[in-house]
Amino acid sequence: MSEASNHGASKMYGMVIDLDKCTGCGACMVACMAENNVPFKEDESDKLKSITWLRLYKLNNGKPFPDVQICYLPRPCMHCGGEGNHGHSPCVSVCPATATDYDLETGIVSQIYTRCFGCRYCMAACPYHARYFNWWDPVWPEGMERYLNPNVSVRMRGVVEKCSFCYHRYQIAKNNAYNNGSREVLEHEYQTACTQACPAGSITFGDLNNPKHEVYKLKQNKNAFRLLEKLKTNPKVYYISKLEWVRKLGDNYRS
Amino acid sequence: MDALDDEKKNTSKGFGILFFIIGVIMSLIIGWIIFPKLLYSKKNQPIDFNHKLHMASVDNGCASCHFLRKDGSFSGSPKLSECIGCHSQVQGQDPEELKFVEQYVSKNREVPWLIYSKQPACVFFSHAAHIKGAKMDCVTCHGYIGESTSLKVYEQNRISGYSRDIWGKDISGILKKNSWDSMKMDDCAVCHESKSNKSAREKSVQTQKEGCFVCHK
Repeated sequence: MSEASNHGASKMYGMVIDLDKCTGCGACMVACMAENNVPFKEDESDKLKSITWLRLYKLNNGKPFPDVQICYLPRPCMHCGGEGNHGHSPCVSVCPATATDYDLETGIVSQIYTRCFGCRYCMAACPYHARYFNWWDPVWPEGMERYLNPNVSVRMRGVVEKCSFCYHRYQIAKNNAYNNGSREVLEHEYQTACTQACPAGSITFGDLNNPKHEVYKLKQNKNAFRLLEKLKTNPKVYYISKLEWVRKLGDNYRS
Repeated sequence: MDALDDEKKNTSKGFGILFFIIGVIMSLIIGWIIFPKLLYSKKNQPIDFNHKLHMASVDNGCASCHFLRKDGSFSGSPKLSECIGCHSQVQGQDPEELKFVEQYVSKNREVPWLIYSKQPACVFFSHAAHIKGAKMDCVTCHGYIGESTSLKVYEQNRISGYSRDIWGKDISGILKKNSWDSMKMDDCAVCHESKSNKSAREKSVQTQKEGCFVCHK
């Protein structure tokens, strides 16, 4: 890496989700689908065929009433960096088409739809089920194509898609930064759609490497954990929960 | 008898080669001349705009009409509101101006300009990064449009719907002389992959080049 270049230190964008604050309302899912032109079908209950970049899972502690406890867990793409953050994420390392890539400057796993030919190796490799396959061309209700987000390209059938941490918002923020003569994007200038939509303030987004960003402090919380840490995928999405059974479920431990 | 047979063989062989050569030439003519002509439909711009004339009366060059907005996004082709300052009434003798005032200004309709450089939907391009970040001028990518007196014919690919200026006039891509002759991904890569371009550093794990999300969305 040519660290001496004029771009400054590399960033590592990530998320901290406080599960104790999450009410399971699903506003993040709705915001994500609207922001990223995610196609939907008449029957969205078939989760094998529906596409949800950010999916809300409902967890319970497996105990009978009255000891039962419920926790909702929003799951975006984890943007795994692999051990040491060298970009050996499960999906990037198996892609034969160079359609998905790890960006060392932002730590974001990109997905280029026009490059993807739909072999779905990455879907098999992803331990988080964060990747989705377009079995059909998107069909928008009449007139809705005029409400699509112009900053995100629409996918065709036969390609894989996933959460991009709203990368187009980073592009726009960067554009603005260039125009103002600086090259740095401030914390509030780049926020994902789900972060802004969450009414409970459960999702926090920012640069995990930057001590000035909120996520830097939050990830050091003693109750912070990541999903399937034992796989050493080094995900960039942290969860916080005071409930021990939730933290244990995060790494697939049976209580 | 034998000699006659040989002669027959030779003439049939000669005809074979002749037809082969004719076939090759025909396919070359179809592939290199006729097909490219059929592939593109031709459209004229709604108004034949004179860049040279307007450049003489503005004081900020190209940026007088094609400017960066406050948020860093690019304004592209000017909207009617920017033209109306001068053209609320007919200024000169030009029939194109008369058409512009009668058909668009007085009816308050936007001109449906055909954008030569419109990229596919999956491409993100930042004018701010190139103008302000890399300090490039307009001519480097767009050529000497500012000195033209009329707009060229807009050619649209019948299959992809993209402008011909993206792939370029030369279907093989070998004879490219100027940077503005074509503007497809490889043409962007000329700068973005070059070692002398310091801002295009190795960010991609897959390619050891620039990251894909720099220009894709």
